[in-house]
Amino acid sequence: MKRMKLVMVGNGMAGVRTVEELLKIAPEMYDIAIFGAEPHPNYNRILLSPVLAGEQTIDQIILNTVDWYRDNGIRLHLGKKVVDIDRRRRIVRAEDGTVEEYDRLLICTGSNPFIPPLPGRDLAGVIAFRDIADTHTMIDAAKSHRNAVVIGGGLLGLEAANGLMSRGMRVTLVHLAPWLMERQLDDVAGGMLQKSLEARGMEFRTSASTQALIGGPDGRVVAVQLKDGSEIPAELVVMAAGIRPNTELAEKVGLHCNRGIVVNDTMQSITDPRIYSVGECASHRGIAYGLVAPLFEQGKVCATHLAEFGIGRYVGSQTSTKLKVTGIDLFSAGDFMGGPDCEEIVMSDPYGGVYKKLVLKNEKLIGACVYGDTADGAWYFKLLREGRDVGDIRDRLMFGESNVGDTGHEGHSKAATMPDTAEVCGCNGVSKGAICKAIKDKGLFTIEEVRKHTKASGSCGSCTGLVEQILMFTAGGDYSASPKKKAMCGCTEASHQDVRDVIRKEHLLTIPAVQARMDWRTPDGCSSCRPALNYYLISTWPKEAKDDPQSRFINERSHANIQKDGTYSVVPRMWGGVTNSSELRRIADVVDKYAIPTVKVTGGQRIDLLGVKKEDLPRVWKDLAMPSGHAYGKTLRTVKTCVGSEWCRFGTQDSTQLGIDLERALWRMYAPHKVKLAVSGCPRNCAESGIKDVGVIGVDSGWEVYIAGNGGIKTEVAHFFCKLKTAEEVLEYSGAFLQLYREEGWYLERTVHYVGRVGLDHVKQRILDDAEQRRALWERLQFALDGEPDPWFEFDKAQVDARQFEPVGAL
Amino acid sequence: MAEWKKICRVDDIIVLGSRRVARAGSTDVAVFRNSSDQVFALLDRCPHRGGPLSQGIVFGQSVACPLHNWTIGLADGCAAAPDEGCTPKFTVKVESGDVYLDTVELETIAIGKPEVADVVAVGAETAAAERPAP
Repeated sequence: MKRMKLVMVGNGMAGVRTVEELLKIAPEMYDIAIFGAEPHPNYNRILLSPVLAGEQTIDQIILNTVDWYRDNGIRLHLGKKVVDIDRRRRIVRAEDGTVEEYDRLLICTGSNPFIPPLPGRDLAGVIAFRDIADTHTMIDAAKSHRNAVVIGGGLLGLEAANGLMSRGMRVTLVHLAPWLMERQLDDVAGGMLQKSLEARGMEFRTSASTQALIGGPDGRVVAVQLKDGSEIPAELVVMAAGIRPNTELAEKVGLHCNRGIVVNDTMQSITDPRIYSVGECASHRGIAYGLVAPLFEQGKVCATHLAEFGIGRYVGSQTSTKLKVTGIDLFSAGDFMGGPDCEEIVMSDPYGGVYKKLVLKNEKLIGACVYGDTADGAWYFKLLREGRDVGDIRDRLMFGESNVGDTGHEGHSKAATMPDTAEVCGCNGVSKGAICKAIKDKGLFTIEEVRKHTKASGSCGSCTGLVEQILMFTAGGDYSASPKKKAMCGCTEASHQDVRDVIRKEHLLTIPAVQARMDWRTPDGCSSCRPALNYYLISTWPKEAKDDPQSRFINERSHANIQKDGTYSVVPRMWGGVTNSSELRRIADVVDKYAIPTVKVTGGQRIDLLGVKKEDLPRVWKDLAMPSGHAYGKTLRTVKTCVGSEWCRFGTQDSTQLGIDLERALWRMYAPHKVKLAVSGCPRNCAESGIKDVGVIGVDSGWEVYIAGNGGIKTEVAHFFCKLKTAEEVLEYSGAFLQLYREEGWYLERTVHYVGRVGLDHVKQRILDDAEQRRALWERLQFALDGEPDPWFEFDKAQVDARQFEPVGAL
Repeated sequence: MAEWKKICRVDDIIVLGSRRVARAGSTDVAVFRNSSDQVFALLDRCPHRGGPLSQGIVFGQSVACPLHNWTIGLADGCAAAPDEGCTPKFTVKVESGDVYLDTVELETIAIGKPEVADVVAVGAETAAAERPAP
């Protein structure tokens, strides 16, 4: 087959990323040629600021070497500006006469700096800050000149001013608005930023507009004149008054432009279907984006259409801002100025250099402006994107997410202050240095990419915020993401919620039915989606949908916990943590008979037999003659109890008995994730009910019920849910809550995350305010659990494939 | 010359599952069956931390290691990018529903038990399974 010809005009980050995505999915489809006006291969433009500040070199910010283009068979035309496109004959022509024919054309011309029409703008020493050449001009000027003026106090202007200052120049920043970064910061945060930069020696003229640039006898600029007549000496003037999409070529050849080349959701220009555009020059739904994450997303969508897969739409992004000036932390997103129908929560400590403003509207976070301590920026941005109701966490919102005990990274919350050797990801042992190296060496830009390459934040996820910060400082990535829902996995576009909804609405009963209905791209799904689908089916349609053990993780297929050496651990059930001499004797005998190396008491008050060979499992279960402890599944694990009023001199309630009753009622219950309960007999809370999915605490007058606590990655104290009089009520309310979680939770979402997502008020409404609903939930749970087999003994009914325990064709 | 040894029937392997071929003194060989009834055989040891691949979830032409969810290609034994590493593969012959492996390969490939090498601590569940919901 003759290959189609793809020509790309513009050799910047968004365009080259699009080509990379295309090569990944359709490597043979196109013969590719790329024109770049600059003489450099693709580099990370965002990192020009650190280069200017002397923190990085040009070599370090090159993303694709010339060899990369050659290795991928791409004809690279460097230093050749495209001046014309013949759309009828489909030919691109460069200034020097080079021509390329195309079947598909990708225009990625980026943006141009906006140069205000000031007298003297053509003088030597007056430049913009856009590319490597500008950066070199500034670095050279700093060697031989003393005074610089930067016009424009936005992100770029501040970074330029900071860079010049660190190269020894005396810098004055002239800004039209009353405070700095007025599009990203409110007046208070803008003022704090100015103060801290003043302390470093930067000078400011705010609410000031420039009238003219004054030249000297040698044709070089010598001063900047303001409207009030005052003059500031300057041998270098950097124009940073904004950027404009570069649509010169597109307009010339008749493509419809409106502050950018107008494209549709597939990144196709609306004028010519053979022409696509991504990046800063493209105008999508009226917005030309200037941040890297949305542009990469555009690139991904564009690549799938170039590959003629016909899937994926770009539907816009929400963006946020961080400033790349070492030692200054600020973050803003959304509508941070607020308005008449908004409410603001503000914390201000000008001496400590910390300021936080959160803007709420209808109990939703719509904007955030944070200065000085931005560790929670990512969290605020997430709340903002998800648009969830924050009414129930309003009182804690200001203090951020990290005030509630993340573990695994020594309590660090500021990545910048961590040494390279410090461990960021405690699960996978990844240091800050290793993450920085991977980001630089492999050109990573998104948290997903870092996760894939380094495994950092890939397990428990508690260090995600730190990794995001490191990404920010190293690659200049930004906290931006699209508001769209997240796909379950690479096999589908559908989100967990989409899948749950369609299973319920359309009464789907099998994994293939869901996959067909939701257009799965893979024949059998993958190890991420299949267990989720299986859970959704059996939890939505108990007694109807058939369990598929081959879609379960090994632990739930072999009904034991796989260990690092391939052996298993076995935890027999002890109701409420109570056992007796004959059980203990049987356990001891089993340990001897099967030479089990380790016997350990678990955190949930059970006994764990570790190091059992797989082939011994059925006989171990039989000899134990105790029910499965389900310590291996996304199930009810244990109900931890204290001794309670039966023995304890402080006990007010029979917590042991209630624990046993709860465990007998709820065992064999599969859930989105593991579920742990506890019952304490008095407020001394010896069973640690405060960090359980459902925690019950006996008081003299009855029982207090707490929900959605967690003792794991994120130590989260359970929320008080309700106070009840009788043990029967505790069963009904706990069961109803767990059934709600079973019906609404996403797979691998613990109750703490589920309640965090839907809000405590929602749960209260469904269970506390609506008695009928509560009883119905409790009945549905009992219906689902009724007659469920014990997988250790009822192999057929539990569909345990007994063949798995026996090897075949032994030598 | 291959010396074919009958291992089991194809039907003895559950669809999207596997069986282990025990080799005294050496790591087992895992025999997989996918949804199109193709049969593959790999050393039952993930190139990452030695996890038993026979216990993984099978999909398409891949298996996910049960320890840390690396995806290993059934046809070539190699990890999917960006992970790197391969585990030895074994030639499989299927004839009238019987699965055969080559005795020469079984007696020569990856003989002896590896030292229990650098293995990370794995809790009651694997890291992959603990991944929080998005």
